[in-house]
Amino acid sequence: MTGLVIRRLAVGMFVLWGAVTLMFALLRMAPGDPATLMLGPDATSAEVDALRTELGLDRGVFAQYLTYLGQIARLDFGDSYRFNLPAMDVVLDRLQATVELTVTATVIAAVAGLTLGMLAGYRPNGRLDRTVSGLTILLQGMPTFWVGIMLVLLFSATLHLLPSSSVGTPQHMIMPAVTLSLPFTAIVARIARTSVVDSMQEPYVQTAYSKGLSRFQVLTGHVLRNSLTPVVTIIGLQMGALLGGAVIVENVFAWPGLGSLIVESVANRDYSVVQAAVLLIAAVVVVLNLLADLSYSLLDPRIRTGGNR
Amino acid sequence: MTAAGPLIEARDLSVHLPGAETMTPVIDKVDFTVGEGRTTGLIGESGSGKTMIASAVIGLLPEAATVSGELRLRDEELLTAGEKRRRNLRGHEIAMIFQDPLSALNPAQRIGRQVGEILRRDGLPRGEVDRAVVGLLDQAGIPDPERRMRAYPHQFSGGMRQRAMIALALAGSPSLVLADEPTTALDVTVQARILRLLASIQAARGMSMLLVSHDLRVMSHVSHDLVVLYAGRVCERGPTKRVLGRPRHPYTKALLASVPAVREASVPADPLPGAPANPMARPSGCAFHPRCPLARERCKVEVPLAREIEPGRFSACHFAEEVTP
Repeated sequence: MTGLVIRRLAVGMFVLWGAVTLMFALLRMAPGDPATLMLGPDATSAEVDALRTELGLDRGVFAQYLTYLGQIARLDFGDSYRFNLPAMDVVLDRLQATVELTVTATVIAAVAGLTLGMLAGYRPNGRLDRTVSGLTILLQGMPTFWVGIMLVLLFSATLHLLPSSSVGTPQHMIMPAVTLSLPFTAIVARIARTSVVDSMQEPYVQTAYSKGLSRFQVLTGHVLRNSLTPVVTIIGLQMGALLGGAVIVENVFAWPGLGSLIVESVANRDYSVVQAAVLLIAAVVVVLNLLADLSYSLLDPRIRTGGNR
Repeated sequence: MTAAGPLIEARDLSVHLPGAETMTPVIDKVDFTVGEGRTTGLIGESGSGKTMIASAVIGLLPEAATVSGELRLRDEELLTAGEKRRRNLRGHEIAMIFQDPLSALNPAQRIGRQVGEILRRDGLPRGEVDRAVVGLLDQAGIPDPERRMRAYPHQFSGGMRQRAMIALALAGSPSLVLADEPTTALDVTVQARILRLLASIQAARGMSMLLVSHDLRVMSHVSHDLVVLYAGRVCERGPTKRVLGRPRHPYTKALLASVPAVREASVPADPLPGAPANPMARPSGCAFHPRCPLARERCKVEVPLAREIEPGRFSACHFAEEVTP
């Protein structure tokens, strides 16, 4: 178990390095530079050059990259050009809003997805199963930004039930979290359905029936726990993707989280902030994936207690 | 044999499964009984329908299957009983032991929880359930049951798992236990012990058992009555000793000849010529005729009906009298 954690953390460091490098290269490939944007259209080229020197942007890209890697190794993520604050402080300031949003969306997706999946797997190819399958295809096919706008049109513009943007009350959370959770719910539902159907074929299910249990009792008493492993895995893996989805949803609903920060910072070529945010997200994804792996052992006693037969 | 009627009586029991075009009778008009306090063995090659019959008795056939004929538990017709009634019988009147105890036990639950589940659902308080589970595991020959009931199935050896499965089947104090190849997945040395355990529990509790096996030696040790199946039909049935002592069907004779005699010089046993008939595509007439040394024209055309050759002995062979010992 400890060996697994160490191995996975080593791989995780490699993933972080890849994410940082990719982000660094992408930002430098994009046209425009921070000095021009910060000084505005009226600045003289001498002023721009002076600022570029001050920011270290006049050096070669590879030299900048090495300096940057060295800074990260010392946990120095640079300063935000825009806010004149350490980049990581700016990022962490926005982290809480994103965490609230993604955690709420995950809870919605886990509960709704598992329920839908179990309903569908209860009688494979039954009416309920076909309904749920259709629903999941629909949910996965609808783009998040469109769903978000439609929800705003319906619940804010027409029915005046929910606020259309920003934060504050729990009501503010409902639409962004639901929007973010819909495609996630569909994935969880499909994995849960497959897993329930598979587990229903296992011989121990026959044993449970031979005790006189009803189909529902067999499902809740024996099948559910054994079908959870793939569901937990997909939740762990998809929470990472959820952070990506949050970028779009946060912009639709003006949610002041990491996602909207990244978009603003890219527009302003605030390199350090974008890089710090991407690094943080990558780290969160690595940790989530590791937790998903470790959860196997909690769900399956064969892994937890070892095969000491 | 007791004067009372049999615990289980099947007459013209048929199970149809969907075939290529029509519903095919994989079990075709099977008759058998399980006496009170006795063990009936169902023997036949793989695909002969042994397990299908056991599934029909406990009422756990695949959803696509249809079942017809008569199947009585004491005086109650099971095939027309409602699903709720059948469910209540399961575990309490009719229990089942499965072939592979590792996959038949839930990997995520402790042994004690699985063995005691039926009692817990019957509303017994927890302390009593635990005491009963310890007693059941002890009766099934599991040492240190107080501790072992907290183990998971993967922490048990194959033999111990099957003992746990037996304890699980006994939990509801059933009148009939269906044992589907209960020793096939076990080591040879363990097989004999499990069989002795089953036989002794059956005798001690006075319960009945329907034992499914392809192994004649298992049958000769444990079952009082024998039903020989071929391609979903009964070839012959009767008391085990008499059936094996003097077969009245060429198939039984061939089965006996194919069992290697361990202690005698290694004369290769007579294997059955040809492959077992598939119940989904049964040969015409007597299903055994393509492999039968006594087969004639009549056997290819006319399905033989079971005849009472001598009291308590039935054979479904047109030429049962010609089967030499």
